[in-house]
Amino acid sequence: MLKISNLHASVDGKEILKGLDLEVNAGEVHAIMGPNGSGKSTLGNVIAGREGYEVTEGTVHYNGEDLLALSPEERACEGVFLAFQYPVEIPGVNNTYFLRAALNAQRKHRGEEELDSIGFLKRVREKLEILHIGDELLHRAVNEGFSGGEKKRNEIFQMAVLEPRLAILDETDSGLDIDALKAVADGVNRLRSPDRAMVLVTHYQRLLDYVEPDHVHVLSDGKIVASGDADLARKLEAEGYKWLEDGGIAELKEAETA
Amino acid sequence: MNEGKVQIETRLGQKYKHGFFTEIDADTVPPGLSEDVICLISAKKGEPEWLLEWRLESYRHWLTMDQPNWAHLKIEPIDFQAISYFSAPKSDKDRPQSLDEVDPKLLETYDKLGVPLHERARLAGVAVDAVFDSVSVGTTFKKELKKAGVVFCSFSEAVEDHPELVRQYLGSVVPQRDNFFAALNSAVFTDGSFVFIPKGVRCPMELSTYFRINAMNTGQFERTLIVAEEGSEVSYLEGCTAPMRDENQLHAAVVELVAMKDAKIKYSTVQNWYPGDEEGKGGIYNFVTKRGLCKEENARISWTQVETGSAITWKYPSCVLRGDNSVGEFYSVALTNNFQQADTGTKMIHMGKNTRSTIISKGISAGRGQNAYRGLVKVLPTAANARNFTQCDSMLIGKRCGAHTFPYIEVKNPTAKVEHEATTSRIGEDQLFYCLQRGISEEDAVSMIVDGFCKQVFRELPMEFAVEAKALLEVSLEGAVG
Repeated sequence: MLKISNLHASVDGKEILKGLDLEVNAGEVHAIMGPNGSGKSTLGNVIAGREGYEVTEGTVHYNGEDLLALSPEERACEGVFLAFQYPVEIPGVNNTYFLRAALNAQRKHRGEEELDSIGFLKRVREKLEILHIGDELLHRAVNEGFSGGEKKRNEIFQMAVLEPRLAILDETDSGLDIDALKAVADGVNRLRSPDRAMVLVTHYQRLLDYVEPDHVHVLSDGKIVASGDADLARKLEAEGYKWLEDGGIAELKEAETA
Repeated sequence: MNEGKVQIETRLGQKYKHGFFTEIDADTVPPGLSEDVICLISAKKGEPEWLLEWRLESYRHWLTMDQPNWAHLKIEPIDFQAISYFSAPKSDKDRPQSLDEVDPKLLETYDKLGVPLHERARLAGVAVDAVFDSVSVGTTFKKELKKAGVVFCSFSEAVEDHPELVRQYLGSVVPQRDNFFAALNSAVFTDGSFVFIPKGVRCPMELSTYFRINAMNTGQFERTLIVAEEGSEVSYLEGCTAPMRDENQLHAAVVELVAMKDAKIKYSTVQNWYPGDEEGKGGIYNFVTKRGLCKEENARISWTQVETGSAITWKYPSCVLRGDNSVGEFYSVALTNNFQQADTGTKMIHMGKNTRSTIISKGISAGRGQNAYRGLVKVLPTAANARNFTQCDSMLIGKRCGAHTFPYIEVKNPTAKVEHEATTSRIGEDQLFYCLQRGISEEDAVSMIVDGFCKQVFRELPMEFAVEAKALLEVSLEGAVG
């Protein structure tokens, strides 16, 4: 579904991604772990098409098509979803209204009929039920005055309603207490599906205690330096990112070839 | 302008020549302003002597005044002698006979605004009879008002039918000498609206200029007077949201509101005069004096305005809170795009005890627009326990526009409480990207963010107006980003 080859990307002229390769198939959950500054958030932003993130080399293909040729809104309409590390507040704009506008923009793009408010509300109720969250988020302005946990849950809720094919969750676990973390993880698990791919970008392993990834990648200095299964995440957690620099990468490579 | 003024001044003191008007039989007075022209206007309208005198007094005072220059505006000099101060309404023959003859661009805008089909023709100035059958909305409307005892008519009709009311209240809130443009208006106003709500009557419907058939061509010097007697209530909607491609350069209107004991007046404006083109050429100068007097206790006056048009907007709808416990409110959205300029705000003058005022101002600047909020909160020594809350927010779209805030606060009573909050924000790239990432187009995202920003004001507008105001902002902001 997603194939990234030799991706180089810069922000303000500074190269952050330095030849990243990654392949994600439908139905898979990938975790990308890495220390601060390794380029984790840049990856999400490049895939989503944020202005200011310049791709200098390499390709990103999404369902066989050149993703980089699409505008951010086209990517969204094609089913690429980014759960923001810092969800943005939009004062005065009702959360439900916002989400319906988004969903209908996407449906229109796909040539589907737009949902009227009744149809939309029905869908919203279904998703709320699946995610076990109340409807208190619906009546408020987009993220305005939300707690950190509410903001992250709102991202998961939006993901549920928009039903993307590729979801990138950018540090959705950061800054959450254990209950909120569990709630978010629970949501992610419920949204796993054979035709949806998810990429969890995270600094810590703890989200992975609740969401079992199919693949774990370690991002360091703009490149994937190691890939493995859930054990890799646990190893990283136990040893710390410093272990990578101190010969851990070589150790992993050995293990792979053995 | 100065040259013209010298000429005018030489005429100062000359007496009204009776019968002058018979010498000219054209329907449009040639450009220029003089006592003769004022006499002509008054005569054409068949006005009583006292009103003519009132106009002349205003004019003579205007001659001694200078155009104010304190606003944060760049104004090209106005040649007051180049303006034609009276032209008879266009006859049906001169108007477009059907929508086919109307500028297609205008029709496109109506479409975007969702103006109902049968209204489009009327707004575009198509001859009324070609649009309405004899049992028009307006006629039905008038009958119902009459039953309730409400007077709602053109200013000219009011002078004829209710001279005592007009004489009593005209200039009682905005005196002839109030300011340069009010004085000019007092001298040359051509028409406008008059509303009188008798004691204890709650006006059975929103009064809208939209429905007043002869609201067309009220001209550039409009005069509105609304009087609400004890315990009465009225909501008045000014302007229609469809764009009037008016060619007139200068609009200097005066609006006076009088609210007696326990009376409530709600005055809503959606202003969308021609803003000039994208290079800043042309457009209306909208210099308006609007003031409401809460004359007796528990009176309440509320101004709501959505200002998206005009090249230059200069208006400060104000409340004089004379009655004890009276309330003044001002809710405003002012948008400037391209080269538009706005210097707008309000004045809340607290005189009575326990008077309260609320000011919510939202300024939006895009393109090279310049948007200033200017507001005065004045608490006089008599106004014990006066309260004011002011919130003044500015939003910038793009990097070449400007937002400015000039709050003036004068408090002369120690028991008063005055609060002022102000914010300035830029439509964040992060907000935009958030919307884009959800699949929402850039234009829809901007209008959604702006709409959210204005929500506090829009919810004060009557429902239908709010919908149109929102659509209007979208149209006005087209191409503002990118």
